[in-house]
Amino acid sequence: MTTFKAIRQRFLAPLDPMLFNICLVLVALGLIVLYSASGSDMAKVVSQLRNLALAFAALWLMAVTPPHILEKLAFPVYGAALVALVGVALFGEVSHGARRWLHLGPVRVQPSEVMKIALPLALASYFEWRGKAIRWKDYLVAALLLLMPAALVVRQPDLGTALLIASSGFYVLYFAGLPWKIMTGGILAGLAALPAIWHMMHDYQKKRVLTLIDPSQDPLGAGYHTLQSMIALGSGGVLGKGWLHGTQSHLDFLPEHSTDFIFAVFGEEFGLIGETIFLSAMLILVARGFFIAHEGSTPFARLMAGSLSMTLFTYTFVNMGMVSGILPVVGVPLPFLSYGGTSLVTVFISIGITMSVHHHRKLVKQ
Amino acid sequence: MQAPLRNPRKDRWEFQKRLRIFWWLVIGMSALLIVRLAWLQIVTYRYYHTLAEANRISIVPLVPNRGLILDRHGKVLAENNLTYTLEINPANHRHLDRLIDQLSEVVNIAPSDRKLFHKLLEETHGLTPIPIRSHLDEVEVARFSVNRYRFPQVEIHSRLIRNYPMGEAASHLVGYIGRITETDQDKLDDEDLTDQYRGTNYIGKLGIEGHYEQELHGRTGSEQVEVDASGHGVRSLSRTPPVPGNDLVLSIDAGLQDVAVKAFGSHRGALVALDPATGEVLALVSMPGFTPGLFVDGIDQEQWDQLNNSPDKPLNDRALRGQYPPGSTVKPFMALAALEKGVRRPEDTIVDPGYFSFPGSTHRYRDWKEGGHGIVDMHLSIVKSCDTYYYNLANLLGIDAMHDFFTQIGFGKKTGIDLDGEATGLYPSPEWKEKRFKQDWYAGETVICGIGQGYVLATPLQLAQAVGMLANRGIMMRPHLVMAIRDHATGHTRQVTSETVTTLALKPSDMDVVRDAMVDVTRPGGTAAEAGAGAPYAIAGKTGTAQVVGVKQGEKYNASQTAERNRDHAVFVAFAPADHPRIAVAVLVENGGHGGEAAAPIARQVMDYYLLGKLPAPPAAPGSLEKKP
Repeated sequence: MTTFKAIRQRFLAPLDPMLFNICLVLVALGLIVLYSASGSDMAKVVSQLRNLALAFAALWLMAVTPPHILEKLAFPVYGAALVALVGVALFGEVSHGARRWLHLGPVRVQPSEVMKIALPLALASYFEWRGKAIRWKDYLVAALLLLMPAALVVRQPDLGTALLIASSGFYVLYFAGLPWKIMTGGILAGLAALPAIWHMMHDYQKKRVLTLIDPSQDPLGAGYHTLQSMIALGSGGVLGKGWLHGTQSHLDFLPEHSTDFIFAVFGEEFGLIGETIFLSAMLILVARGFFIAHEGSTPFARLMAGSLSMTLFTYTFVNMGMVSGILPVVGVPLPFLSYGGTSLVTVFISIGITMSVHHHRKLVKQ
Repeated sequence: MQAPLRNPRKDRWEFQKRLRIFWWLVIGMSALLIVRLAWLQIVTYRYYHTLAEANRISIVPLVPNRGLILDRHGKVLAENNLTYTLEINPANHRHLDRLIDQLSEVVNIAPSDRKLFHKLLEETHGLTPIPIRSHLDEVEVARFSVNRYRFPQVEIHSRLIRNYPMGEAASHLVGYIGRITETDQDKLDDEDLTDQYRGTNYIGKLGIEGHYEQELHGRTGSEQVEVDASGHGVRSLSRTPPVPGNDLVLSIDAGLQDVAVKAFGSHRGALVALDPATGEVLALVSMPGFTPGLFVDGIDQEQWDQLNNSPDKPLNDRALRGQYPPGSTVKPFMALAALEKGVRRPEDTIVDPGYFSFPGSTHRYRDWKEGGHGIVDMHLSIVKSCDTYYYNLANLLGIDAMHDFFTQIGFGKKTGIDLDGEATGLYPSPEWKEKRFKQDWYAGETVICGIGQGYVLATPLQLAQAVGMLANRGIMMRPHLVMAIRDHATGHTRQVTSETVTTLALKPSDMDVVRDAMVDVTRPGGTAAEAGAGAPYAIAGKTGTAQVVGVKQGEKYNASQTAERNRDHAVFVAFAPADHPRIAVAVLVENGGHGGEAAAPIARQVMDYYLLGKLPAPPAAPGSLEKKP
């Protein structure tokens, strides 16, 4: 018994029960929705189970890794991801008009995905390292660390991912005490730069923003996704049509219905009640993350837990906003529900890191 | 001055304050989402419910009709014919083979139809209805309609299917449409055209169909349709009609094209006929052709292999992509270059002993005629196609001057015709050789280029363009096929203007020298005298013979002892009537032997038809092509 306990202590103790259980609930919900969204195709569910196995392994690995090791890894990982992004710009594979993938022998990687974790990790380590000596110029250095990868991803072009990477970096800066004056100034400058940004945007991006204002403008084109997902959601009503009984999403009207637009399937079948439950579960996850950040004993722990939880919420908000027609269509998957390994692993790694800083907090205190 | 160190406790308070701010932000944004969802699902629920549930709404793309392709006299080269197809919706159907078995009791289903069905099923992943039979006749339509209740998954559709009335005869020129493949789809995605191709299954792949895809396709419309539970349309809610594709009027003369194809008989080769004043292409032939309809219905592997592996290479467009040594057809241009540079006057003569050699060298560059032509001036050099004269002249001009002149008249670069996949050909220069082989240029290579051999390669299209320049008195026009683009609905026609590629500063008297010599080529004593015999108009022509296999020093080329595929290619370029040219032609007959015998008669038939409206006498056409012993 004692050895069993020791093993359990060693292997399972880092897994924060609250975070872990909510994850399990959301994962189960995801599989149920995926089965329906894929047209009762078990193959997709099995494939997602494989992704989940990988994601849980990643979560556990992150949770057992002490923060000081994560800090040491931060810059090498960030540097490698940055080099890879430059590599993508130079020799990346072009798919659907954008360069996002890099071939490394037999492996195909999307460095912008790695950057989603690597950037907050690097920034948090930087602020931890500067510790008590943080000054104005440190925010400047951090901003530079943030802007380099963001600019490279914008050029791919993948504006959506670039904004998400930039926002996850910004959260670290904000939590690290970026002066309010700078933030206000930044927002004003951003507003002033809007016309210039609009000018620089690709035609398809402009079209997405314009159709947000009136989706019926272009029902076959950019407005198609939004219109179809709004019909699916709206017709779901308060209680939903019931599992496997969605109609819009099953008649192939709805594009990408197992990946970016899976929330429309979920909303159609489970209604407002189901959506509220899902959002509540996500909020509990974020709240627990914020609590861990609140209790964090080192700047690194606080910054990581705070920014990663906020990033998780951002993904949720952007995806749900896009599906319900209040945000433009950007390719952002919904955490836990969307089919696909990459986003799942990214989400689980960030939860694993949050678990790690919480589990190892006492060790740091001593 | 050192700034004071931070207070960790204060930092932590600040952090916790900021965390609380964000928490409220998270709550606020979540509330916004819930409000939005509640708006959709409670307030506007009725609206969306009606749209989705009572009668589901579906946005149906309305596919535009593809534009027609017509010849210059309005004869149809590509049209849309109404045919009936039988389509199976593979969704939720596990026993497709059994279904097809049952179906084959009602309508005839060939094994190739089955194969094609499974191929399409794989490609589309079973998301769209897939045709199992096309071109149903009336009896089959009736039989299926009676048995329809047995096949809820099978639908009969009337569809417009692309038809090419000229078939093989214009296959490379008109091209064909085929199913949109994944590669095509990626390209459409890249060009942001995915929306325009919703509901469209076919796309232009080759020839005019490929190059003018965007003109022919039209604009896709859309219709919001209420559909009942089984997916059948009930009522149209709103409709944006599609805009049909534009019709293309080609400068091709279908009758001329036909005459040219028939004139080739079973020979391989290419022919390009142009209006020299405008660059309008009157006939564009590559032999052998293929049946374009095969690609529209979806070609099966066997047929594809047969076409692709045939030694006759029917899929290769020889007129645009075939690169051949132009042989002696370069001689009129060499003469022009000499006159322009003032290297030689028309009346200057050389003595031809039957070969050319450099002083102090024993290597002989042989004339085609053993013993030579004796005393030769410029006129005679073209009429008799004297090689020695041009070996000599090339040596005088030098490769750089030759390269400059020939590049100016379009050698070694694309003509820019309105078709894809044109080859560039090659006119060598010492710089090119250094880059390509890292070797120095030899004087002997210049000499060989003088008679259009060695590294020189040209496409039949380039030859036609160049001889068109001669006909047009130094003004070279860009060859083009589309004369006018016509709006199918309004009939409004947009003329395509001809484009001048270059205007050579040539003296009229110089051009007269060359033209008069070319006229005598087709008269008694000339190398194409037989082909020119009895023509009521003057033909200015030049024969050429392109070596396929090199003939060694001291050896003699003997056609009857050379394997058919290794025999020389026959080339002929011409324009007529010589004083007011209306047509310029370049003909290449692969392994045809001498240009005057194999290629010139084809050109003659084409010119007779175009200028006199005369159709060749049926038995004479193949007979004239047979090689004389």
